[in-house]
Amino acid sequence: MTTTEAVPTSEAGNPIGFGRMLRKEDARFLRGEGNYVDDVNLPGMLHSAILRSPYAHARIVSIDASAAEALEGVHAVITGATLEGLGLAWMPTLSYDTQAVLATDKVRFQGQEVAFVVADSRYIARDALELIEVEYEPLPPVMDAKKAMDPDAPVIRDDKEGQTNNFIYDWEAGSKDDTEAAFAAADVVVEQDMLYPRVHPAPMETCGSVAHMDSVTGKLTLWTTTQAPHAHRTVYALVAGLPEQKIQVISPDIGGGFGNKVPIYPGYVCSVVGSIVTGKPVKWMEDRSENLMSTGFARDYHMKASIAATREGKILAVKVDVLADHGAFNSVAQPTKYPAGFFHIFTGSYDYPAAHCSVRAVYTNKAPGGVAYACSFRITEAAYCIERIVDCLAAELEMDPAELRLKNLLRPEQFPYTTPTGWEYDSGEYEKTMRVAMEIAGYDELRREQAEKRAKGEYMGIGLSFFTEGVGAGPRKHMDILGLGMADGCDLRVHPTGKAQVRLSVQSQGQGHETTFAQIVAHELGIPPEDIEVIHGDTDNTPFGLGTYGSRSTPVSGAAAAMVARRVRDKARLIAAAALECAPDDLEWDLGRWFVKGDPERGRTIQEIAMDAHSALDLPDGVEGHLDAQVVYNPPNLTYPYGCYICVVDVDPGTGQVKVRRFVAVDDCGTRINPMIVEGQVHGGLAEGIGMALMQVIAFDEDGNNLGGSFMDYLLPTAIECPNWELGETVTPSPHHPIGAKGVGESATVGSPAAVVNAVVDAISPLGVRHADMPLTPANVWRAIQGRPVRTDMAVEQ
Amino acid sequence: MQVTMTVNGVEHTREVEPRMLLVHFIRDELLLRGTHWGCDTSNCGTCVLWVDGEPVKSCTMLAAMADGREVRTVESLAQGAELDPVQKGFMECHGLQCGFCTPGMMMTGRWLLDQNPNPSEGEIREAISGQICRCTGYKNIVEAIQWAADNPATSEVTS
Repeated sequence: MTTTEAVPTSEAGNPIGFGRMLRKEDARFLRGEGNYVDDVNLPGMLHSAILRSPYAHARIVSIDASAAEALEGVHAVITGATLEGLGLAWMPTLSYDTQAVLATDKVRFQGQEVAFVVADSRYIARDALELIEVEYEPLPPVMDAKKAMDPDAPVIRDDKEGQTNNFIYDWEAGSKDDTEAAFAAADVVVEQDMLYPRVHPAPMETCGSVAHMDSVTGKLTLWTTTQAPHAHRTVYALVAGLPEQKIQVISPDIGGGFGNKVPIYPGYVCSVVGSIVTGKPVKWMEDRSENLMSTGFARDYHMKASIAATREGKILAVKVDVLADHGAFNSVAQPTKYPAGFFHIFTGSYDYPAAHCSVRAVYTNKAPGGVAYACSFRITEAAYCIERIVDCLAAELEMDPAELRLKNLLRPEQFPYTTPTGWEYDSGEYEKTMRVAMEIAGYDELRREQAEKRAKGEYMGIGLSFFTEGVGAGPRKHMDILGLGMADGCDLRVHPTGKAQVRLSVQSQGQGHETTFAQIVAHELGIPPEDIEVIHGDTDNTPFGLGTYGSRSTPVSGAAAAMVARRVRDKARLIAAAALECAPDDLEWDLGRWFVKGDPERGRTIQEIAMDAHSALDLPDGVEGHLDAQVVYNPPNLTYPYGCYICVVDVDPGTGQVKVRRFVAVDDCGTRINPMIVEGQVHGGLAEGIGMALMQVIAFDEDGNNLGGSFMDYLLPTAIECPNWELGETVTPSPHHPIGAKGVGESATVGSPAAVVNAVVDAISPLGVRHADMPLTPANVWRAIQGRPVRTDMAVEQ
Repeated sequence: MQVTMTVNGVEHTREVEPRMLLVHFIRDELLLRGTHWGCDTSNCGTCVLWVDGEPVKSCTMLAAMADGREVRTVESLAQGAELDPVQKGFMECHGLQCGFCTPGMMMTGRWLLDQNPNPSEGEIREAISGQICRCTGYKNIVEAIQWAADNPATSEVTS
């Protein structure tokens, strides 16, 4: 199935349906006319800044804000004590834990929020921070998750009644007995410890908000960097006791999200309190260090993976033990039923009967978070885990990793396929996709080149990964966040002149929704996409829904947009029948027009029907006027995009320097609505994957200092480190999604790190290396080559 | 203190604190919001604009240091309804997603093409290597600048 052929085009040259179309939203960004939160300036608006803890763990003895309050231009200094009086010192997290808005008793990570200053300018607010005197009594911090459950470990969450250690939860999936039985009977068992270190999404725009509480009307308007404006509105209503009908959350243009902008951060809440206290609009924008040190990080999963197989390379079972470091507050945003997210999709893309995982989560004195950074609710960790251990197995069997994968991939006739941990994969032609990737890469030729290089003492590596994601949460019956079912609404109105507005619950952070969703409606209704305005990111003007993360916009809201357009089309049929004085059943639909079967000249275009619907035309009983509809889409299952990635690297064994020479990515995300946008999503995710594999890490020293707290220390890939991505595609439409689309926003981030690491390990395997943890910086690669690997997440004497 | 600078051909005079960064002057005093701010350490390049014809990270410079100088920002690229070829290239090649790094990238791209009308892929990558994009993986940014090199005076954006 191709999506770009035989699509009619509008007068403006855009596809009326699926195909490459330039983005509607670009016009404002190209002119510097985007409207990001920091671009919002209201009359009388004040600025703010947050005082943060220099310690990872310390008791607050006293806070003296008097000098700050006395500084000219300062309007308010808000502390935990102020908030306690309002019942707002603590807020619920999205995982039914609590998180301090401003610390009252203790600080629990370096960078935690302690006080909030509201002032005339951002410069004065920062000056005032210097004048706040906080006396701390330092406590020993828990920086190593592996030591968090030691009997003598300090208890971080002594604020929680009954909490006597740093335990959060134990969780498991799959059958332990079946798995152990399979391991007992296996010819070969391979085990590997691996760390997916803590990383940070670091969108180019940091987090911020502008809060305006109108003291006369009691209406709160909050411009904020959120990927989930509706969910945030509800949480503000529940937390602050504000009436929900008087809260308007506006998520304007967002400068990248990647899951960093799903949680509610103390700064947002403080800006609201600041506006209530001062009676003026208050802007809060964090700086980059605040973003890296305090907002939602990702991963921090210590995994022990084991794989059992026959000597011929047939996989029999996989088991994984995980130690999950959640930081000081369990604030992960994910469906309630799944505390470890969708990690139990770690069984991957292969056919075997038994699997088991156990996950233990602990508190440490680090910033809270864990689920972010295009991870599809922990599928990044799962995909990395299975794709690394499969490569370890290939090494043990001395088998080509491509051959091993081909031997075990699920076959097309097995779909829908229920995995050993309970997921129902909807569709896939895995081998076909893998063969396309191998062909683009010239896999056999690469292996020949590698052999020649090895003979000359050069270290070239080829790494593969094959990943399957489950995206598009819910179904609402199984998936909710804080009790809010994961279904999304969509409203569509066709105006009398045949131009339409579609209102979404989800919000774009760069994914091109204003174009893609117009194309979905255009495809269903035949209205040119330039005649369809997409409205999103404003809770007063859009229907309720859970927002954009977990690649859910296309699988959930995209389906909602298709369904609402079909509902309008059905209504248009009744109106056309009235206008044509025939029975609705006599009408046939084609290319934006209902016409009489057998008499194609007699028909009404959707635009004519729109005018009919608003006219004095006599409509049949039960048909109200106007041409609009609304739906709430509750997905019947997740969708399961997948792909095969191949990375080629050259490693300098003297310095440990890794050069990514080529990267081939073949994605199958089902129907491609706008291939240009799909490819852009993949490109970005690949760069993120290279970053995580080779350079990005938020590490700590033993005292709790964050060692990745600025872009000087937290390295991100530039145009120099990124190769010229080589993309391919296969298209296996989702059978249960109205247009067959599966979502692609996170695929490349999920799939690419394993390909890079597999390539590097492949390159240096002649030197005796079987595994090395990310990030594969020159130093870490060099140490692995020396046989002296170190913890990549901690700077300690080892 | 008083600073006077010409921004996009218009002279502006403001009373500012000596410590005010140029990026804040442009954004908060002149309300030219296309120049963004993304880090504290001059690593990200979302704040790139031109001072006296050279691209500069405007968070590394005080407004006072731009006194008497010529500043050019992204808002000056288009001539009325007519986009600069670099802007067209970004649109044609899907060189932007969230749009946050885009103004800085385009200002560097325009400068590069003024110096070197036919840059190689490597020269383009080198030119933008002081700037970070988290969305695009750079491929389409490189192609966008290449497109502008290939279409120096095109007036039509095609699909």
